[in-house]
Amino acid sequence: MIFHTFLLKYGEIGIKGKNRYLFEDALVRQVRFALRETDGEFNVYKKQARIYVDCAGEYDYEDVTEKLKKVFGLVGICPVVRLEDKGFDELKKEVVSYMDEMYEDKKITFKVESRRSRKTYPKNSMEISRDLGEAILEAFPEIRVDVHHPDVTVNIEVRGEVYVYSHIIPGAGGMPVGTNGKAMLLLSGGIDSPVAGYMVSKRGVGIEATYFHAPPYTSERAKQKVVDLAEKVAKYAGPIRLHVVNFTDIQLYIYDQCPHDELTIIMRRYMMRIAERFAKKDGCLGLITGESIGQVASQTMQSLAATNDVCTLPVYRPLIGFDKQEIVDVAEKIDTYETSIQPFEDCCTIFVAKHPVTKPNIDVIRRSEERLSEKIDALFEEAVRTAEIIEIK
Amino acid sequence: MREIYLDNSATTCAYECVGDLVRKVMCEDYGNPSSMHRKGVEGERYIKEAKEILAKLWKVQEKEIFFTSGGTESDNLALIGAARANRRAGNHLITSAIEHPAIINTMRYLEEEGFRVTFLPVDRYGRIRLDALKNALCKDTILVSVMYVNNEVGSVQPIQEAAGIVKAYNKNILFHVDAVQGFGKYRIYPKRLKVDMCSVSGHKIHGPKGIGALYIDSNVKIKPIVFGGEQQKNIRSGTENVPGIAGLGLAAKTIYENLDEKVAAMRTLKEHFIEGVTQIENTKIHGMYDETSAPHIISVGFAGIRSEVLLHALEEKGIYVSSGSACSSNHPQVSGVLKGIGASQEYLDATLRFSMSEFTTREEIDYTLETLKEIVPMLRRYTRH
Repeated sequence: MIFHTFLLKYGEIGIKGKNRYLFEDALVRQVRFALRETDGEFNVYKKQARIYVDCAGEYDYEDVTEKLKKVFGLVGICPVVRLEDKGFDELKKEVVSYMDEMYEDKKITFKVESRRSRKTYPKNSMEISRDLGEAILEAFPEIRVDVHHPDVTVNIEVRGEVYVYSHIIPGAGGMPVGTNGKAMLLLSGGIDSPVAGYMVSKRGVGIEATYFHAPPYTSERAKQKVVDLAEKVAKYAGPIRLHVVNFTDIQLYIYDQCPHDELTIIMRRYMMRIAERFAKKDGCLGLITGESIGQVASQTMQSLAATNDVCTLPVYRPLIGFDKQEIVDVAEKIDTYETSIQPFEDCCTIFVAKHPVTKPNIDVIRRSEERLSEKIDALFEEAVRTAEIIEIK
Repeated sequence: MREIYLDNSATTCAYECVGDLVRKVMCEDYGNPSSMHRKGVEGERYIKEAKEILAKLWKVQEKEIFFTSGGTESDNLALIGAARANRRAGNHLITSAIEHPAIINTMRYLEEEGFRVTFLPVDRYGRIRLDALKNALCKDTILVSVMYVNNEVGSVQPIQEAAGIVKAYNKNILFHVDAVQGFGKYRIYPKRLKVDMCSVSGHKIHGPKGIGALYIDSNVKIKPIVFGGEQQKNIRSGTENVPGIAGLGLAAKTIYENLDEKVAAMRTLKEHFIEGVTQIENTKIHGMYDETSAPHIISVGFAGIRSEVLLHALEEKGIYVSSGSACSSNHPQVSGVLKGIGASQEYLDATLRFSMSEFTTREEIDYTLETLKEIVPMLRRYTRH
């Protein structure tokens, strides 16, 4: 079956009152962005509280639906057959053959729902539904009508042409990216942080990211892995500006000056500070981390408080109540898992102490950080200044 | 930044003349050797020339040379093809514990096909134990495979003695040599060594990647492992990689020109490097390092530094090396070879392989030594607890 149009359904946007057009426009923009490098010609427009994608030229159905399934804000994607209006008898035949092709197994229940925006059409909506329903019943003896809980709702829309659709592919849900500002994701090469970025962007938030590497302790491949992960998240979240910070000197300085069981906490506090610097510069409204309570020593309630202590922007931790397996499930769904488990060392683990503090006291940590006062500001500015910026499209 | 490439056992830069020839064959003399017309004959001529070169170098017949996609495929064809074809004579295979994965994993596959495989232990210098070989031979043994030069520590295997032992026990047992690391450094004469099959690769001798060759003695029974248009006497179907074959031939010819001088120069550099690197505290040279070892491979353990870290630190200075073996970077685990030679625990994850080529200069080695002396103590300051 060849579909000529996709009708896109959206959910929560509908309730946003006078700001609705902002959300709709954002959605149209995101759909256009998602399809920008897809073979075929796509006309994306909104009309009567719906968004349509008219397709022209050769296009790959699987490719287009896969891309639409990644657009936040869409709850359903309906592939539509567009029929030229050649009279009602012809329409009956076409709808019957549509049903025949779409549903191999005819032991189903159905109903027909019609609407006409072209009011000059010779039949009204009720009559269209009734007469087409009758034609379908006549054609397939096994099929039954159920107006309350049908397996299949056949939608007929009479416009210039007649639109027929009955199948709804579930969309990604959420809100169109860009309708809720943007936030800075602390992206490591692990499983959690890409998922955290995905979850926040699902609520309409644009994403920037900061990655800390520590050459020669971490490799070029570890960095490439993070770029790969950012590209996967960008399929949902749209373009991501990735800041790659060389963290080696700061890390070694902390190693030299501070108690080794506090290394990870102090290091993470500096990561938050650097990420926040970039966030503020680029107008981000918060930070995002992949932390989940108790997962590792640096994610106990005390440790989270200690890292949170250095931030003035809100820190969003969408995975905070997730178990590992729940995170893995999302990572698999968004296709980051395979990339995340590639075994490259990241800078959080290179100097990890055998017994890191699990219940850090903020005052103690602050006092330890005073030992860094001689050089840390210069190192901090150097790390910010030399950060490499990669625009992930 | 300057570039010092000391990873020649992973791959080499191609000779300029090889690059030129490959380009010419690809873009101008691109005929399919199986075609009946003149363009086809032209392609066939390149194959013939390459065979002539290899046949002369190895003192074998041209018809005993087959081209494959590389060292790995040569090893696969030799082991799987010969094991299957000689199954009626027995089901026992022998190899060493320190072979390249192309041998080890093929042997493991053959175990699944029902063959029994003995993996011979090695001594602390990385040479197979001949007494173990003697003990392993039995009436079911049909094939023995031993590498010429070990790719990780550079140990040279006693091929002639091993083949002699095998043939004295039963002359029908086939002897295969994976000579990927030995080719271009040693003169290898299979017939004199009593070797029945010998694998080589193009890109380790300044030739192209994706091309290899396998010598198969005309008396060896072997079955193909890929099926198709019955090229190369149906031993290896598939349109011949003519540019690769031509490149391999020319690279082989070039590398063996003035071989003795090139090898002597590498050996001098190796000694110089070892002398310098052992001045750094807590280092260890794995394997033999006198003239009984390969001239181009030096395996050095640096206690207390993870090899990956040192590798990237050298990379920052423009020096490219491998940790353990380049092929194992897909599976970052400790080297089986280092374990096999009984290297102590502190070196297993702390060893780098430096491998030279004829283009390596003394000045490059000096720069590498200076760099090591500078960064090794620095990296040792920062360790995991």
